[in-house]
Amino acid sequence: MSNLSLPQAAAGNGGFEPRIVAFFCNWCTYTASDLAGISRMTYAPNTRVIRVMCSGRIEPQLILAALRKGADGVLIGGCHPGDCHYQVGNYKCLRRFKLLKRYFEQMGIEPERVRLEWIAASEGDKVQKVTNEMVEQVRKLGPLNLAEAPKPHHQAAACAVAAEGAVS
Amino acid sequence: MRYLYYPGCSLKGTGKAYDESLVAVFDKLGMDAKELPGWNCCGATAYMSVDETKAFALAARNLALAEQENGSDPIHLIAPCAACYLVLNKVQKYMAEYGHLREVIANSLKAVGLNYHGTVKVRHPLDVFVNDIGLDKIKAAVSHPLKGLKVASYYGCQVVRPYAEFDDQYNPQTMDQLMNALGADAVDWPLKTRCCGGTLTGTVEEAGLRMSYILLKEASKRGANIMATACPLCQFNLECYQGKMRGTFGDSIDLPVAFFTQIMGRAFGLEAKRIGLQRLFVPVKAAPAMA
Amino acid sequence: MFMENKASDGEQPRVGVYVCYCGMNIASKVDVEALRQFAEKLPNVVVSRTYKFMCSDPGQELIAQDIKEQKLNRIVVASCSPLLHDATFRKACAKAGLNPFYFTMANIREQVSWVTANSAAATKKAKALVAAAVARVAMHEALEKKRVPVHADVMVVGAGISGIHAALLLANAGKKVYLVEREPSIGGHMGQLDKTFPTLDCSACILTPKMSEVKNHPNITLWTLSDVQEVSGFSGNFKVKVKRNPRFVKLELCVACGQCVEACVFKEGRVPDEYNIGLSKHKPIYMPFPQATPASVLIDPNACLKLSRGKCASKCVEACDRAAIDFEQKVEYSEVEVGAIILATGYQLFDATKMPEYGYGKYPNVYTMIELERLVNAAGPTQGEIVMRDGRKPKRVGIIHCVGSRDKRHHPYCSGVCCMVSLKMAHLMRERIDAEVFNFYIDMRTTLKGYEEFYDRVLHDGVNFVRGRVAEVTDWAMTPGEEGKLVIRVEDTLIGVVRRIPVDMVVLATAMEAHDDADDVRRKFNISCSKEGWFLERHPKLAPVSTFSDGIFLAGVCQGPKDIPESVAQAGAAAAEALSLVDKGFVEIEPNSAWIDADTCSGCKTCIPLCPYHAISRDEQKKVAVVNEALCKGCGTCVGACPSGSAQQKLFTDQQLHQEIEGVLNYV
Repeated sequence: MSNLSLPQAAAGNGGFEPRIVAFFCNWCTYTASDLAGISRMTYAPNTRVIRVMCSGRIEPQLILAALRKGADGVLIGGCHPGDCHYQVGNYKCLRRFKLLKRYFEQMGIEPERVRLEWIAASEGDKVQKVTNEMVEQVRKLGPLNLAEAPKPHHQAAACAVAAEGAVS
Repeated sequence: MRYLYYPGCSLKGTGKAYDESLVAVFDKLGMDAKELPGWNCCGATAYMSVDETKAFALAARNLALAEQENGSDPIHLIAPCAACYLVLNKVQKYMAEYGHLREVIANSLKAVGLNYHGTVKVRHPLDVFVNDIGLDKIKAAVSHPLKGLKVASYYGCQVVRPYAEFDDQYNPQTMDQLMNALGADAVDWPLKTRCCGGTLTGTVEEAGLRMSYILLKEASKRGANIMATACPLCQFNLECYQGKMRGTFGDSIDLPVAFFTQIMGRAFGLEAKRIGLQRLFVPVKAAPAMA
Repeated sequence: MFMENKASDGEQPRVGVYVCYCGMNIASKVDVEALRQFAEKLPNVVVSRTYKFMCSDPGQELIAQDIKEQKLNRIVVASCSPLLHDATFRKACAKAGLNPFYFTMANIREQVSWVTANSAAATKKAKALVAAAVARVAMHEALEKKRVPVHADVMVVGAGISGIHAALLLANAGKKVYLVEREPSIGGHMGQLDKTFPTLDCSACILTPKMSEVKNHPNITLWTLSDVQEVSGFSGNFKVKVKRNPRFVKLELCVACGQCVEACVFKEGRVPDEYNIGLSKHKPIYMPFPQATPASVLIDPNACLKLSRGKCASKCVEACDRAAIDFEQKVEYSEVEVGAIILATGYQLFDATKMPEYGYGKYPNVYTMIELERLVNAAGPTQGEIVMRDGRKPKRVGIIHCVGSRDKRHHPYCSGVCCMVSLKMAHLMRERIDAEVFNFYIDMRTTLKGYEEFYDRVLHDGVNFVRGRVAEVTDWAMTPGEEGKLVIRVEDTLIGVVRRIPVDMVVLATAMEAHDDADDVRRKFNISCSKEGWFLERHPKLAPVSTFSDGIFLAGVCQGPKDIPESVAQAGAAAAEALSLVDKGFVEIEPNSAWIDADTCSGCKTCIPLCPYHAISRDEQKKVAVVNEALCKGCGTCVGACPSGSAQQKLFTDQQLHQEIEGVLNYV
């Protein structure tokens, strides 16, 4: 039991600064993010924005790669429904996102570590709000150390794991 | 729709006629709206100014009690007193908006074994009658159309402000529509939501009297022969002090002021005593169709 | 591990990093010197420098010099947003002989220094972004921008003063212009105004010559009663489908003699006249207003007996000796190709009934400002005589500013022109009927040329000014003097007293607001709206008439409240932008299209239905998917969906994005 790892939340998150990778679409959310800057709205410094042309470009592998490489959360920003510069890319993003969240649950990663938001080019204040909320949310969840074995999240799975431990 | 009735303290005291007439009207319209068991003070005016947090906790207890009655549909809690209606609505909004208050209230409810999830809907009877029951059904229930009755609908300050939940803030219409549906004529007048003087009448009497006097005077000038109210305090101020106004302003005001539910009851042909008409100081008999 | 790889084109990357101070914009938050040192130690980085203003000529020269002397083959500039200066630095690279796509930017101003409170945190964030840019740029490839020829014609949507001005400029420059207007006449709101501030010249006198110039211009095709239905294509090559509603009168034959209107079986007007804001009525066949352009009558199909019920003596047909009336006209659709589009769709006025406390619609003598414009106009419903709805002439007039604007319940913004309009109207009421005038204002905003002087003049005209937001307009009289009047209740904030001011007439200076259908319109043109519904410009300062859709420009109030001089100036700017696009003869297209690696594509067809532009097809012989580069717009949706990673997007390859992810996470 020497390598017993404390649950992250209990370890105290006072000094923990979450690292969040954000994928923003060029036309709406990235522009909104620039607008937040032009409007001098300060917000939490924890996000690292990666620009893509459309949220439709964002594939699950990119999100998983970010988490695997040390991000504690991933934020995705696209145009509001109906506003996509490429007509429907944001809908494709939404579909993938929903599936990914389910996958996260099965993998034992808190689904709250990923967030998808529609942020229009005029909504600089929403970038500020969403970023701050996301940082706080992930701060509460604590660091995600994917290198460690993921803990089963589903109750049934946890039950099974516990049973396994009892046998060995 | 599942209703519960939250009378509040006034309707069991000075506003007894409001309580009696409202229950009678529920009955006539076939509405099931039993009294909320175990209700307490809503936390209004005085308490709210002394200790807001405690006032909110008091109000929330009523909501928590109502929520226990939730079935498959959420409960609609009918609060006829304007102050109760406002405070219960206010606590809902504040709890939704301010996390710290939500926590304080949750803790105080927990201490008495209660909790509240925010599902109860607080409704004013005006809203329920016009928007749920509907004017058609009300018209159908009218057995004694109030021909010749000219009603100044007086909403008071709290029913549509600051939360205009079901009517316009500046020119509310529901009571006017209701009065017209009863066969009466709603008088168009501009002071529908102007303050009646509120508690001022009890503290700085002259100022309070003056505010009530302005309302009564304008309503008479516009040809009203009765004023309808939706608030026990307004009714009290406007009706009980008319004699004093005569002395103070040298002007004879003699305008009956009734709860709108009493006027409904009259149109539905309910017995005078059941709708508390005998409790009014300025007799309504003078007004057409009210005798 | 990642940087040690050779770049995608096999060449060893030699990266130059340039950190911009941007004056103090970046340097006041980000420790640029520390950032430079950090960048210097990143793999592949050969040179790392700071400079006050990288976008300046000497800044760009630094890059060019290093490319030559240090043999740099990759460039990273850490400064502002790529949306602002990507093109600048790409050009600088190209000038020094480096393919411009061996360049990338790190946005450490808009997304770091301007949004981060703490200096250390800002520096840390900037480092992460620079590391990502350095990692990413190693994977960049040489690309070519594709040149596509542009269509030289331009479409202008909306023919108020802005649209008219822009159309004339372009037409005078020899471009063919389609001017589309949904009303029966051009002229817009300006055509309804009486006088214009601050010079008080008559609106019609300065507008109508421009209207007839439009009508007579050989390069302008004017479509009234028309709506844009669909827009497809892209900058330089738009296809626009326009719906043209019938006028039921042949434009080319009608000479606007009015015989038909005289002859109509209705002897009195019966349809509220839009031009006069419903203060008068017109017949089913009517002339929109005397100077309407095109100068032709039209028939309202809902009011005309022949068109609505099929039965009428059709006296109008008999009366027209030119046989111009044609009940058989149908909706037509026209499809045109244009290189650029200017939106000049204007505004609507705030609906005063949304503020019932001011009694509009309830008290007949409460007017909106635009109604009063018509009332004082010699061609208006009363031939310029100022009589109220109850037939009286006002002796005391109250003008309420900021109705619907500077009000969190409605529009928080300042509508800009209303102070001046209200001053102008106060002046006219003094001059024309010697009325006593009260202006109720929150703040006076008279900022442009000659405006403050006009305010001063009106002050000396004897107009009363009361500073305070009006609480209500009521007919509740407290004193005999108030009987029969409208009482304005207001807190006079300069003397700290609540006042009741009885007047005969109340005028509401209603705010300009975005059209109710602005959201539908912007979707058609694939542009954005600001929160208030105004069309969003590409950059508030540096691209004020451009939009996020290349080739679509904005003129006039559709972009935000403005007065006539500003609208005209903006229309000129939009025309210049459009001209510089279509006159060049070609557009360059960002080379961010997708391609499919035929060697690994399994031919699963996942990507094909995902493409909104039908740019992907299946090569049935090779059994793989193929992207038609000419149709691809570069969204990357197919790339995101490809299960085998065979679909890739230039400038956003998997490799580049993965490097960027690793860069932001692993180096700080």
